[in-house]
Amino acid sequence: MQALGVAQLNSYLREILESDEIVRNIWVAGEISEFRRYPSGHCYFTLKDEGATIRGVMWRSFADRHTSLPQIGDAVLAHGRISIYEIRGELQLVVDSIVPAGVGLLNARFEELKIRLAAEGLFHPERKRPVPILPRRIGIVTSPQAAALQDMLNVLRRRCPLVEVLISPCVVQGDRAPDSIVEALYAIYPLDVDIIILARGGGSIEDLWCFNDEAVARAIFASPVPLITGVGHETDTTIVDLVADLRAPTPSVAAELAVPDLVELEAQVSDARARLRLAVNDDMAARRAIIQMTTRRIEQAAPLRRVDRNRQRIDDLTRRLSAQASRISELRHTQLRGLSAQLAALSPYATLARGYAVVRHVASGHVLTSSDQVAPGDRLRITLRQGDLLADVVMHIPEEKQDARPDPR
Amino acid sequence: MRDQTPVDTYETRYARLQQVVALLETGDLPLDQTLTLYEEGTRLAAECQALLDAAELRVRLLQSGDTMLDLEG
Repeated sequence: MQALGVAQLNSYLREILESDEIVRNIWVAGEISEFRRYPSGHCYFTLKDEGATIRGVMWRSFADRHTSLPQIGDAVLAHGRISIYEIRGELQLVVDSIVPAGVGLLNARFEELKIRLAAEGLFHPERKRPVPILPRRIGIVTSPQAAALQDMLNVLRRRCPLVEVLISPCVVQGDRAPDSIVEALYAIYPLDVDIIILARGGGSIEDLWCFNDEAVARAIFASPVPLITGVGHETDTTIVDLVADLRAPTPSVAAELAVPDLVELEAQVSDARARLRLAVNDDMAARRAIIQMTTRRIEQAAPLRRVDRNRQRIDDLTRRLSAQASRISELRHTQLRGLSAQLAALSPYATLARGYAVVRHVASGHVLTSSDQVAPGDRLRITLRQGDLLADVVMHIPEEKQDARPDPR
Repeated sequence: MRDQTPVDTYETRYARLQQVVALLETGDLPLDQTLTLYEEGTRLAAECQALLDAAELRVRLLQSGDTMLDLEG
């Protein structure tokens, strides 16, 4: 017989413990008799009841998920696995979740699963997908016998009968329920649905317990399309509600959330129709405006219009010409009057008015300027301002004697 | 199971209707095209309305062995 080393023994014991179906996933009830959180963040404690104690450890990553940690004297439910601290050969409970014992085992399991799945990111708001506006085909996972299904179908029929419904039946109560739900979900995933509703009518906490099942939660997380849950009544929140993309308080509300109201679609169609009409009316109005504008431009450029314009210009020129002509003739008249006046001033007849006379030799017709030009006996014509005289030359008076001539005045 | 559902039929028409409206709203189309589009849009709107009016919920039950059972509408 061969002897084992201590380390080998402890290692072997650890393997046995960690592969045991029961102690590798176990809830232990007890009282906290020692509790210490180290600076590293890991928690070390002792759990006891009437006759026994066990050492416990909770690593920092799990301790951090707890909103509050237990204190010495607290009665608790701890979840985890049994292992062996090989260095000292001590048994220890490696805990991932501790809840107050008062909440009961169901609640403790619920809280533990919630903490664990939350830490894994199954509830992350970022991964919630929006539900499609108008799904083509809706998958419903529920019990075909339940009233909840008829409620949902009634809602869909009233709100949006345009959609198609594909029911994936399952059992929603009892021990077989979790497996049945997981199966029904995976049966519908490969089919061409745009949204899935997982629903069950109201019931007791125990009735709804299958919706707090880890396998069901993970199956929902795997849904390729948005999934709405409608489980129980308003007040019931299950793990699947937290994993779902959208949580409805009841099956009927889940159906309402899954489809738009047909009235909205009708409004969209009539809106499109109105816009269609408006757009064409606008288009026609724009075309009419263009035609009017073009007509105006054509009229501007028309030959008749040009003739009209030319005619007008001719009229204008004519008017200006005649105005100019009359102005010129006016000018001429004025000039003429001036010249006439000048002429009149120069006329010998004006001199005559002052008492002078013009003397002509009748025979030759010459105007006389010297007495030498005539001889006695010649006839002279004397022109006065008014009337003429005929006179005969009596005597010739030479120029020298002129100065001696007496002033006639 | 990628067959046409009533919603597909509706959405195809509605999407085209939206497209026609958008085309007409941007304007700048020749007159004959405007009138053709207007007629098409009017027809599409009527077809959409008719689909909504005539819609009847179709319900099928998935059975083991990948068969489906039509339930009353």
